[in-house]
Amino acid sequence: MSAINKPRTMIVNGRPVPIEGEKTLLDLIRKAGFDVPTLCHHSQLSTFGACRMCIVEDKKGGIIASCSTPPKAGMEIKTNTPRIREYRKMILELMLADHNRDCITCEKRRDCELLNQAQRFGVDTVRFETYSMDGTKDMSSPAIIRHPDKCILCGDCIRVCDEIQNVGAMDFVNRGSNMEVMPAFDMPIAETNCVNCGQCSAVCPTAAITIRSNLPELWEMLNDDNIIVQAQIAPAVRVALGDDFNFPYGTNVMGKIVAALRKLGFDEVYDTATSADLTVIEEAAEFVERLNSGEKLPLFTSCCPAWVKYAENKHPELMDNISSCKSPMEMFGSVLKEKAKKDAAGKKNNKIVKNIAIMPCTAKKYEIQREDLKMNGEQVVDLSITTHELATLIIESGLNFKDLQPEAVDMPFGIASGAGVIFGVTGGVTEAVIRNVVNPENRSELDEIAFTGVRGLEGVKEVKLPFGEERVLSIAIVNGLRNAENLIKAIQSGEAYYDFVEVMACQGGCIAGAGQPFVIGRARPERSEGMYNADKMSNVRTSQANPVTEALYNDLLSGDNAHRLLHYK
Amino acid sequence: MKITDRKHLDQYRKEFLAHIDTQKKKVYVCGGTGCVAGGSMEIYDELKKLIEENGLNCDISLDSDACEGSIGLKKSGCHGFCEMGPVLRIEPSKLFYLKVKKEDCQEIVEKSIVDDDIVERLIYSRDGIQYPEQEEIPFYKHQTRLVLEDCGQIDAQSIKEYIAYGGYTSLEKSMFDMTKDEVINVITDSNLRGRGGAGFPAGRKWSQVKAQKSPVKYVVCNGDEGDPGAFMDRSIMEGDPHKMLEGMMIAGYASGATEGYIYVRAEYPLAVERLTNAINQARDIGLLGENILGSGFDFDIHIVKGAGAFVCGEGSALTTSIEGNRGMPRVKPPRTVEHGLYGKPTLLNNVETFANVPIIIDKGADWYKTIGPERSPGTKAFALTGNIVNTGLIEVPMGTTLRQVIYDIGGGIRGGKKFKAVQIGGPSGGCLTEEHLELPLDFDSLKKVGAMIGSGGLVVMDEDTCMVEVARFFMNFTQNESCGKCVPCREGTRRMLDILEKIVAGNGELSDLETLEQLADTVTATALCGLGKTAANPVKSTIKYFRDEYIEHIVEKKCRTGNCQALKTIYIDKGLCKGCSLCSRVCPVNAISGKVKEPFEIDPATCIKCGACIEKCKFNAIKEG
Repeated sequence: MSAINKPRTMIVNGRPVPIEGEKTLLDLIRKAGFDVPTLCHHSQLSTFGACRMCIVEDKKGGIIASCSTPPKAGMEIKTNTPRIREYRKMILELMLADHNRDCITCEKRRDCELLNQAQRFGVDTVRFETYSMDGTKDMSSPAIIRHPDKCILCGDCIRVCDEIQNVGAMDFVNRGSNMEVMPAFDMPIAETNCVNCGQCSAVCPTAAITIRSNLPELWEMLNDDNIIVQAQIAPAVRVALGDDFNFPYGTNVMGKIVAALRKLGFDEVYDTATSADLTVIEEAAEFVERLNSGEKLPLFTSCCPAWVKYAENKHPELMDNISSCKSPMEMFGSVLKEKAKKDAAGKKNNKIVKNIAIMPCTAKKYEIQREDLKMNGEQVVDLSITTHELATLIIESGLNFKDLQPEAVDMPFGIASGAGVIFGVTGGVTEAVIRNVVNPENRSELDEIAFTGVRGLEGVKEVKLPFGEERVLSIAIVNGLRNAENLIKAIQSGEAYYDFVEVMACQGGCIAGAGQPFVIGRARPERSEGMYNADKMSNVRTSQANPVTEALYNDLLSGDNAHRLLHYK
Repeated sequence: MKITDRKHLDQYRKEFLAHIDTQKKKVYVCGGTGCVAGGSMEIYDELKKLIEENGLNCDISLDSDACEGSIGLKKSGCHGFCEMGPVLRIEPSKLFYLKVKKEDCQEIVEKSIVDDDIVERLIYSRDGIQYPEQEEIPFYKHQTRLVLEDCGQIDAQSIKEYIAYGGYTSLEKSMFDMTKDEVINVITDSNLRGRGGAGFPAGRKWSQVKAQKSPVKYVVCNGDEGDPGAFMDRSIMEGDPHKMLEGMMIAGYASGATEGYIYVRAEYPLAVERLTNAINQARDIGLLGENILGSGFDFDIHIVKGAGAFVCGEGSALTTSIEGNRGMPRVKPPRTVEHGLYGKPTLLNNVETFANVPIIIDKGADWYKTIGPERSPGTKAFALTGNIVNTGLIEVPMGTTLRQVIYDIGGGIRGGKKFKAVQIGGPSGGCLTEEHLELPLDFDSLKKVGAMIGSGGLVVMDEDTCMVEVARFFMNFTQNESCGKCVPCREGTRRMLDILEKIVAGNGELSDLETLEQLADTVTATALCGLGKTAANPVKSTIKYFRDEYIEHIVEKKCRTGNCQALKTIYIDKGLCKGCSLCSRVCPVNAISGKVKEPFEIDPATCIKCGACIEKCKFNAIKEG
């Protein structure tokens, strides 16, 4: 009769641990304070159970994989028996035997999970001959590089690409020791339906999939006196870069980034949140226009390049519904290039202007190359580097990042609204657009918008918002392209109706972009909080209140220029 | 023609039986894969022609009108004595003709069909004794044919014959005279255990599926028989397809499933053809489809052809393969009974298990338990191969000793050699040696000695078999068939194979043996699925029982059986060599030199051990060692 109230416990390494709804032994053991090694386990993905590193031993000497075994009351397990240690060591040795072991020169040397575990378990020799190393790399993509010699076949990339993104650009082929991960027909990844979101590289425990580095080109530019190097820093970068310099998760290091960039030789430093304000104004206007005409609804956002590519691949029928606005990065690039052109008019021996975008994103590397975003046949953003690349740049330069004194971005684009900053988190674009459409007059009205349900890291959110006298707007916010796919199906079948849909490919939005340090499963709530704190601290909360935007519309963006510079062709 | 109720079926049964009774003689030409390959279908056509030429009415598949005194000519399932094929059986005399050729047909028709005489040269004889009747042949005499009873004694393509001989009565009995729970209780009481390998109690599985609340459930039959040399399930599917279908239908009724899938290898075209034919026949007369015999029970069966991956015999790999995915096992829980095909509760048994079901329902659990040991009752079909006198498909009661199988049924070791070992359970099994000859073959006894019945392959090996090479052979198979998902199986089997190859090539070191054992232990303990966990069994059991052979290969660089080519040395016995130079002229690599009329010599570094010199030498002076 007391069975219900009796706490359910099990024994881990000789000590009782309560079972509190943990789905797997792995979660329970980690709760008990022991780190269980895994190489194929991510809480967002389905359980694969292939690496077998998470094994534990039960009372009868049975070996169980903790990632796929539910805890049971009364169960007794040990996680560090001599047998377990020996098996883990052997498994690692087997993995290492068929792995390119150029660890010192490997791009992943700082955070390779395989290397970490090999060191942790003291694998000091590999008795088996290494074969099937052919050195081939797939360099076709502007965003990611595949290096199959370093693949340990954990399948994480396959599952994230399929389960989270519904893209399925890669899968296993062949069997046994001939198994490989590759796109269909071993096509170059750039020729598949890959959307460049880079989440495969974010989950990859080794360097089998890495992000293409553009630092060599950047170093060239920074050392060329004939080039004016401009930087624009995306909102989500400021709350993530600190991870690489041991700041607490979510710390806003924007001021230090600006200072660092100036010291590194950037001539002008701007905040992409400023051009996000332009995006908000343009997109809100587009939205109101469509609401009035009743056409092309729902309006889908367009600032996530992975989502745009996905829609082009799988839903060409939706292209009219997707906002014609360029992303904030591209808008800034266009404005800056236009300004440079204007400034240069009539002068001789002008320096070349190069615009460098510092982004949490890998798909931005692809976006800057899109033909339909070029002006006069040239890219408006010349390079897009990731947050992680920025960290590498700073480390390579020898700058002491931690001790830098914060600095502010440059005029005449030196102000960004809080609305522009929260673009970096899922729901942020929507909240910013709502602020523009509703035009709140005071802080409590702003809070009302914040609490409509736009905030939070869930994959799918719905918001109802009164609009005008009698209308209620129906808004959906999704992150993860599979969630987007499900929503599109519901819309197309008539099951659901929305006026506005925000789509971000990465789970949590840009704060969890694949260009951020250590993305998967870490620091999302802290980074989200960092974004909203930056908004709270901002003295301009809506895009239309940003004096920079007003000045721009009166000058560079006057007349047809706004449409020419800020929208897709 | 649709049979709409039970009475109707009974009426047909009587009608078909009366039809069969008009046949004066029945000729069963083996239509199993082995005999078909040996030309049995030409024999069938020839017999048909000759019977008709002799003015007799040839009655095929009960499709023509009944005619008193006609000859029933049938394509039967596999008789099991494949090495003696093509075979044919004549009833009622039970005459059994072996190695029949097209040229023999005339005589067979004249003597044994028109007349009641025997064609002596076609009957089995051994040690001077002739065995005209099939059941008297030692190979058959010591068997208990239960599942295979009709296999070879019924027209494999005729649902009418199956019904006439009592087929589908167990389905009738289940649907009309028993509740679902009663059916499951009979299966549970019978202690029937899954014949697919692990021997899980079928009744427990069935009741677990029935207990699931899902409105959609599936019955899946595992016909992905992948062990090299095994063909038990194949023979049932080809020879008596309706028995298995009936078992699946009963399982569907009892568990609450309305759809069944048969996963059969595409390499079994005849099985696919016969199953397709059987399913169509059952659909045509209303034994599959909606409201079967007016019982209110709906059931249909689909065939899915597997692309030939050993791992697809594993339950979760099989169901995912049916769904169209890459065949890879998944982690459990959830188990297949809860989350199987298309994520629904699934009752998955293999062919032989389903074929046992109608027999148990018909004769009852108590009767069934009288065969074999109580905890592991019934019979088991084995594919008997290797260095043994009689090879083929056999069926014996569980608990029959290895000695009975090898010596009584198998006729002992071929060529009077000494028995060395038997590999049981295919590549996942282990080897048993002379000390196990009295071991009863059943799930529990085998488990105790670290072997398993598996699906039922029995490879008998004589003293000339190298056990290291045997381990290498099976490891090569397993490593080729590993799906590649989990690290220990994918990489571990590959490394074990590397080491075994190194040892048989004479490059082994003692530390390799230690590594091999560590690998085997790791793979067994940590692999994801059953196939991985058992992949090291051949290595482990050969090391356990034949460690000295491994040491010999490694330390002395010697293979006592001469199987390992690389360890052979060919030398010239100087006392016998006459110096004729013939050997040096035939040597393809010029490894032999010497002066004429003086003893020649072989340079071991150049010699490729082809053996051409041995064959050529007239004085037996060249030897292997």
